[in-house]
Amino acid sequence: MKTLLGRDYPLAVGGFAGPALILFAAFILAPLLLAAAATFTNHRLVSPEPTRYVGLDNYKRLLALQVLTVEPLRDAAGAVLRDEDGMRFPTWRQTRGARPELVGYRPAWQFGLGERRVVLAATDPLFYRSLINTFLFALLVLPLQCGVALGLALLVNQRIAGRIFFRTVYFAPVVTSMVVASIVWSFMLNTDRGMINELLRALTGDANIGPDWLGESHYALPAIAIMSAWQGAGFQMLVFLAGLQSISPELYEAATLMGANAWQRFVHVTLPGLRNTIVFVMVSTMLMAFGLFTQVDVMTAGGPLDSTTTVVYHAVRSGFKQQDIGYGSTITLVFFGIVLLASALQRFMASKGADQ
Amino acid sequence: MNAFLRKALLRAPLFILMGLLGLVFAAPLLFMFASSFKHDEAIFSDLSSWSSYVPDVGWSMANYAAIFERSNLPLFLFNSTLIALAVVVGGILVNSMLAFSLSRMRWRGRGAVLSVVVAMMIIPFEVIAIPLLSLVARLPWPGIEQGALGWHLGWHIGWFNSLHVQIIPFLANAFCVFLFYQFFRDIPPELDEAAKMDGAGPWALFFRIILPNSRPVIATAAIVLFIAAWNQYLWPIMVVQGEAARPVQPGIQQFFGRSNSWGQIMAYASVVTLPVLAVFLAFQRQFVASVAGSGIKG
Repeated sequence: MKTLLGRDYPLAVGGFAGPALILFAAFILAPLLLAAAATFTNHRLVSPEPTRYVGLDNYKRLLALQVLTVEPLRDAAGAVLRDEDGMRFPTWRQTRGARPELVGYRPAWQFGLGERRVVLAATDPLFYRSLINTFLFALLVLPLQCGVALGLALLVNQRIAGRIFFRTVYFAPVVTSMVVASIVWSFMLNTDRGMINELLRALTGDANIGPDWLGESHYALPAIAIMSAWQGAGFQMLVFLAGLQSISPELYEAATLMGANAWQRFVHVTLPGLRNTIVFVMVSTMLMAFGLFTQVDVMTAGGPLDSTTTVVYHAVRSGFKQQDIGYGSTITLVFFGIVLLASALQRFMASKGADQ
Repeated sequence: MNAFLRKALLRAPLFILMGLLGLVFAAPLLFMFASSFKHDEAIFSDLSSWSSYVPDVGWSMANYAAIFERSNLPLFLFNSTLIALAVVVGGILVNSMLAFSLSRMRWRGRGAVLSVVVAMMIIPFEVIAIPLLSLVARLPWPGIEQGALGWHLGWHIGWFNSLHVQIIPFLANAFCVFLFYQFFRDIPPELDEAAKMDGAGPWALFFRIILPNSRPVIATAAIVLFIAAWNQYLWPIMVVQGEAARPVQPGIQQFFGRSNSWGQIMAYASVVTLPVLAVFLAFQRQFVASVAGSGIKG
């Protein structure tokens, strides 16, 4: 490249590159290194005791997991005891009492398997719960938000009057802060008075319908996913729109000449043309989904019954509210590893898809 | 049937769909603005009618008057404005300068730095938050202190409860560096050559030729940085305890927790939202063009 300035300006290189590089080193790389070091200590934000090296204790506490099967309670004849909820099982206290290796463990997840119950017990059950919640949220919001964004982009890409206006309307929630969006939606999701349930009742004609969106553990996470998709879809719409407009019109003309209908043009011209855009949008939506915090903090505080506690929420609760920097950093770093793995996997699958 | 009418009929379902979706996307915000002008009873009595989404005849500014009286909202607005402006101005400067050195200068490690910047784009702030918290707790900051010999310059430890703790860590932004880098790379080298013939050094080249020709990318960076800074929530709730340095997002969250007047909450939400909406509408054209023109698409 002839346009590059030569080596005549060593001072200028430092002057131009220096400030940003120092800031990156100080506020992104240094914290990551500090976090890595802190995971091996019991460092606290404010503590009278000196910080101590604790080896892998934080990782053990976070990750320790035991899978066990629990037999149902039986009467003297060996028949399974039942009550109105089905088979009766011993309490966790009884189960743990019989097995000394379970000291410090609590159940994180359980499901029935034939006549037995499988229990995943962990020393930090909330971490596994939050991991499951975070993945669940990503699974809900990823197709919803990306699908809506693609649909909106296809719409505003049509030559229809008012498309610029509607593009702005669809984008407006993006500039609304997540805190404000969460507050407004808290109102709209209200069981008795909220317009979401009003609309459901009007559409179904059933006056008794309408779940307690943020108060029931099955509905809270989907409700947050819908709200998040509403808030974020506008940005991905713009990215998709850019992708759509970079597809050559000649490809569409050629497809039409070959007798392709609208659906065939979409599958064979639009989707392949958007491949890179789709990968970018999916990865960025996933990163956003994994970072879920604000909506949970404002709308549900992790509840009901920990059904909306996410990894970041758990990390903030440990690292900031309980001031346990060592443990909070451990959650953070393990989470970062998962993020890296997931985005690498997504990119890998996208590149494999391209080969076929 | 003539062609024009046929075309219009074909377009009608699309137009209706676009309108319905528009309602879905606009309704929560319209409800927010409309309710901010109403008494609480009116908000609830209007709920199942159209007047939930449009300010009706009985609108008043009472909620706005109340929130400015009942909370430190003006202070929070001032803090957020200062933080956002500092991040925008400082961020544009340092990020574009790094991008300039990456696209126009020859130096050892240039390629490595570029790859690190690209890699840093996928580090979510949530990953940095807790370690950064423990870092800023230990950083020194200069201040004037009173000692035995009178006032002197001293250092105190910890950046908590300040504006700079909400500004300095957010100046360098990998995404912005990448935006600038791509844009600078596409500026025709003839411009540089002409400037160099006139004897311009790197500083003159950057400030007189490159930056003035980069308005679209500056607008994009400004919007990205402004929205991110104005909407900060996780970081300020961790590093700011008192009200003196509190920005608007934790401010409204706290008001939401304390107040039982939905009209006032919606007025608060409207005040917090309007500045960002205004910035976006002002720069919309460049922003949309720039997202479309940037290499984000692959």
